[in-house]
Amino acid sequence: MEERGIVVEVVDIVPPILKNNVIVVKVDQLFKWAHANSIWPLSSGLACCAIEMMSCAAARFDLSRFGYEVFRPCPRQADLLIVAGTLTWKMAPPLIRLYEEMPEPKYVIAMGSCAIGGGPFADSYSVVSGIDEVLPVDVYIPGCPPRPEALIDGMLKLREKIMHPERVEEERKARLMEA
Amino acid sequence: MEIWNTIMEQGVLATASEILRWFFMLVFASELIVDIIMKGIGIGAILGVISVAAIVFTYAERKVCAFMQVRIGPNRVGGRYGLLQSIADMLKLMSKEDIIPEGCDRVVWALAPMLLFVPSALIYAFFPFDKGAAFADVNVGVFLMLAISSQAVLPFLMSGYASNSKYAFIGGIRTVAQMLSYEAPMVFSLLGVVMLSGSMRMCDIVEAQSQQLWFILMQPIAFVVFVISATAETNRTPFDLVEDESEIVAGPFAEYSGMRWALFFLAEYANLLSVSILFLPGVVWFGLKVLAMVFVFMWFRWTFPRTRIDQMLAFSWKVLLPLALANVLFTGVGIYARQWM
Repeated sequence: MEERGIVVEVVDIVPPILKNNVIVVKVDQLFKWAHANSIWPLSSGLACCAIEMMSCAAARFDLSRFGYEVFRPCPRQADLLIVAGTLTWKMAPPLIRLYEEMPEPKYVIAMGSCAIGGGPFADSYSVVSGIDEVLPVDVYIPGCPPRPEALIDGMLKLREKIMHPERVEEERKARLMEA
Repeated sequence: MEIWNTIMEQGVLATASEILRWFFMLVFASELIVDIIMKGIGIGAILGVISVAAIVFTYAERKVCAFMQVRIGPNRVGGRYGLLQSIADMLKLMSKEDIIPEGCDRVVWALAPMLLFVPSALIYAFFPFDKGAAFADVNVGVFLMLAISSQAVLPFLMSGYASNSKYAFIGGIRTVAQMLSYEAPMVFSLLGVVMLSGSMRMCDIVEAQSQQLWFILMQPIAFVVFVISATAETNRTPFDLVEDESEIVAGPFAEYSGMRWALFFLAEYANLLSVSILFLPGVVWFGLKVLAMVFVFMWFRWTFPRTRIDQMLAFSWKVLLPLALANVLFTGVGIYARQWM
C-alpha cells in the first residue's frame, strides 16, 4: 500500500488498541509460519545415522514436541529429506529421484560426516564425497553420528531459515566479506 | 425453569432451529425461502462439524499416540499444549505444490479424493445429533446409511487404478477386498439393533434406547463385531492395509500431494466420527460418548500391530460373520420368548 509516496505496511496502519487483540500478518508470513512448524520428514535412512534419526522420534528425545514427528513413507507428502548416512554413487540416483518426487517447497538436511563430506570414506571410489554434489542442502549437521539433540537442533535451525530467509542471506554475505 | 424443561423435552438443537425458523419467517415471510435457508444452514452445520472434527482429531491422534508411547507430543506450536499444530499442518498442506504424475488418468485421478469425501459426509444427514435434530429423518435410515457408506470403496479403487503406480494399484485392490468383506459382519451386527427397536428410522432407534437399556448392554456381541468391522471400514490400524507403509508405501494415496491428500485424510476422520456416532446415539451425552468411542479407536491404533491381508480376510469371514449371524439368531429367539411370556 502506498500513501503520500511512502510505502506503508498493512501491519503499521492497524490502530494500537487493536494490536494487542488482533494478529495481523501477511499471507506470505502465515504460510512461512505453517511451513516452518509442520516439517514432515521422509522416512528414509541410508546408514547408521538413521538409527539416531529414529531415536530422535522416540520417547527420550521426542521430536513430536515441535510437530516434526510425522515421518511420511511417501515422498509426495513429505517436506524434508534427511540424508542420514553414507551416500554411495550407486544409491545416488534413487535418492535424487526421491528428492524430485517431493512437492515444493522442500528442504534437505545433510546429517553426519558422510553426508557432509564423505566422512571416513572421502577418498573412496564408490562414495559421494558430500551430498551437496548432487542435492541442494539447507542444513549441515556434523557428527559421526550426530546425537539426536543435534538433529533436533538442526531442524530448529531449518525452522529459523524458513521463517527468516533474510537472516541466512545476511550471514552468508558476512562470511563472504570475511573471506 | 419451565422454559428450560420444555427445551430439554424438545431437544436443544430442535429448539434452536425452531427459533431460527421463526426469525426467518418474520424476515422473508415465505415458506419456500425459509425452507431453503434452513436446509443451507443444516448442510453448513454438518460440514462444519466434519471439518472441526478433522482438525481436533489430528491433534488428538498425535497427543494420544504420544501418551501411549510415553512421549509429550506437540507442545511448542500455539502455547503449552501445541493447540495450533493441526492448523499449521492444514495450512502447509494447502500451500504445497500440486503434483499430477505423468501417465495417470487425470479425470479419474482428480475425482477420486472428492468422491471419497462425498459418501462420508453424506451419511451425516441421517444421524440423530439430538432429539428431533436429524437432517433427513427417513424411515430406512440405517439401510440408506450402509448403502451410501459402502460407496466409499470405489474411490479407493479409482485412485489406485488412475495413479499409474504399482503400489497404488495393489493398495486399491486390497481396499476393495477388505471393505467388501467387512461390510457383511457390520450389516449383520446392526441387524440385531434394528430387530430390537423394530424400526430402521434412526430417531426411533435412539428413542428405543431411552426407554429400555442402551443397546450396547443388550447387544454386547453385536457391539464388539461392529467395532472391529468399523475399524476395518475406516482403514485404521490394525487393519490399515490400505496405507501399508512397510509394504506398499502409501497405498492408493501414494501419488497424491498437498490438498488432494488432505481430502483423503479428511474423509478418514469423517468416517471415524461417523462410526463412533453410529452405535452410541444419545441425547444430551452425545458428544461425550462419541469422543469416548473415538478415543477407543485411537487406542486400538497405537496398541495393535498391523495384521496380514490373508489373516484379516479369514478373520472377517470365519469369525466375525458367524458371530454376527449367531447374534441375530439369539436376538430373534429372545424377542420371541419375551412376546410369548
